[in-house]
Amino acid sequence: MSPLAIETRKLGRIYKIRGNKKEKNVRKELAALSDVGIQIEQGELFGLLGPNGAGKTTLIKILTTLLAPSTGEAFVAGYNVLNEPQHVRPRINMVSGGESSGYGLLTVRENLWMFSQFYGMPSREANQRIVDLLKLVGLGDRINTKSSDLSTGLRQKMNIVRGFMTDPEVLFLDEPTLGLDVGASRDVRHLIRGWLDDDKKRTLLLTTHYMVEAEELCDRVAIINQGRVLACDSPSVLKRRLQEDILFEIKTSPLNGLSAQAIEDLPEVHTASLTEMEDGALLKLALVEESALGPVINALTDKNITIMSLNKHEHSLEDVFVQLVGHSIAEAEKGSQDE
Amino acid sequence: MSSDVTQPQVDSIYKPLPKVTGWRLFLKTVIARAYPRLIGQQREKSWMFFDIFLPMLAVSAYVFVYRAIQAPEDYVGFAVMGGAMTAFWLNVLWSMSSQLYWEKEQGNLALYIIAPNQMMAILLGMALGGMLATALRAVAIIFLGTILFNVTFVVSSFLQLLVVFMLSMTALYGMGMMMASLFLLLSREAWHLSNLAQEPIYLVSGFYFPIKSFPFWIAAGASIIPLTLGLDAMRQLIFASGPALGFVSVKLEVSVLLVLCVVFLVGAKLLLDYMEKLAIREGRLTESRR
Ligand SMILES: Nc1ncnc2c1ncn2[C@@H]1O[C@H](COP(=O)(O)OP(=O)(O)O)[C@@H](O)[C@H]1O
Ligand SMILES: [Mg+2]
Repeated sequence: MSPLAIETRKLGRIYKIRGNKKEKNVRKELAALSDVGIQIEQGELFGLLGPNGAGKTTLIKILTTLLAPSTGEAFVAGYNVLNEPQHVRPRINMVSGGESSGYGLLTVRENLWMFSQFYGMPSREANQRIVDLLKLVGLGDRINTKSSDLSTGLRQKMNIVRGFMTDPEVLFLDEPTLGLDVGASRDVRHLIRGWLDDDKKRTLLLTTHYMVEAEELCDRVAIINQGRVLACDSPSVLKRRLQEDILFEIKTSPLNGLSAQAIEDLPEVHTASLTEMEDGALLKLALVEESALGPVINALTDKNITIMSLNKHEHSLEDVFVQLVGHSIAEAEKGSQDE
Repeated sequence: MSSDVTQPQVDSIYKPLPKVTGWRLFLKTVIARAYPRLIGQQREKSWMFFDIFLPMLAVSAYVFVYRAIQAPEDYVGFAVMGGAMTAFWLNVLWSMSSQLYWEKEQGNLALYIIAPNQMMAILLGMALGGMLATALRAVAIIFLGTILFNVTFVVSSFLQLLVVFMLSMTALYGMGMMMASLFLLLSREAWHLSNLAQEPIYLVSGFYFPIKSFPFWIAAGASIIPLTLGLDAMRQLIFASGPALGFVSVKLEVSVLLVLCVVFLVGAKLLLDYMEKLAIREGRLTESRR
């Protein structure tokens, strides 16, 4: 049996952060990853889903031999990333969203050719492949455009060609659709799936903080928050786990100080989350029994809160995240920006 | 936009290509990384002004002074040669040393590290590209200077001249490669240092006059900059009065240059390995957005 494409065992990474000028000697430690154990089979399209600062990029850096683990071990294509980078590197490639790699004064083809040479590809064949791939991703008419003249979306397609071009066994994509518009994102997702399905020996790990992307694209998803993997399974299994809960979304008038905790404390209420909106609030409920809805509504009306709409909700990956983490990705990111 | 994206069907597009490893990969990497430097100057024509006209101004200033004080005519040639070599010095100081730092900011450094090539090949490529691109400027300066100021060359040995030039370049760019890693480690502080270093080094390296004019130990100290001895040796080999104005014998200068080559290249390799290790341990040198 072939080894796992990617495996981590009790993987952890601690960053030492130097204090600012005043407290130069104060050293803080930040656990960007703790106790991460994931196993990814050959042929999988695996997604790491989590808010900004969850530790996704840190994990990718470790797996691509750019960063040493603080604890635990990691293997890519069967090789230890720390001790055997010389075996890992020829087998991988990496593309990050929003990256501005290469040289702006080179053309798209020249930039890609340069990178192909760093992998030892024969020059002429590499050039042929680059042209073919550029046509495939819809950049056929930009082959001789300076890469500095490309739009974000086109540039990202060029970067993805750079990743595909070197026949990696394992490809790492860090937020591949970051900053792209809807159309370009869809194109990129399409390309990713196409590349993976083209050969069952290929493996792809991508990170994202877009729920839809993880749900639509990935065979399996690990939900990661504050450096810990909270759940890891196929999107459908993850959603099925929630199926016992009954979900409601209630739009209300402003909350008059009512807290999510107060609602969660009601009997048979599994979780409750509140999102402030322009003209009121959105209350998301996971109930053990449908009958638990009554007391919730009573609690609202007691506080003179008007119910504007009530929806029974179909499960999405977003709900899985909310259940595991206690709040939505959007809220997590708002929180981390405030820090 | 999405309409021109088709599902991959053509098998050959993704069929794995054979790849070379070892020294062939090294060579490919060197050439590929030299490429943007060479092509860059062809696309950015503004260098003509800064890299040729400005050194020519400095050369002219010295030429007028030398003529005014009726210095030996060969001094004019010295200044022209110095002007040409200044181009290499500026290239090393400003394009080589800051390059890795810039590559880090750009996000290229991480990609260079994860590729199966060696970082040393990347640095060598940068050096080679920079050197070849600058050679064009140097030739232009010598050509212009020779015509404008009527310089007469008396080359005693082309072979020795070639050896001295190659050694100077190897040592100089070796130093540049070492500085590139150093800059990456020190980042901003190093920037100020090289700003500070630029002018004094012009002076003590004897770009525009023979270093023999300095006390021995100052000249010897300045010899750590490979161009000092390289320039002195080249002048001895191409001007009639060169040997008389030389610092020490060409033979000795060649030996010292040889030592400098080894020291700088080995130093570059060691620093580069250290830099890569540190980057991987601390996780800060591949960080592009902070
Ligand atoms: N080089 C670094 N030094 C110190 N802290 C870092 C460094 N890189 C990332 N971090 C911190 O580690 C945490 C995880 O970051 P990251 O892996 O980039 O998350 P993500 O990619 O999921 O947004 C964040 O809190 C971030 O601020
Ligand atoms: Mg990230």
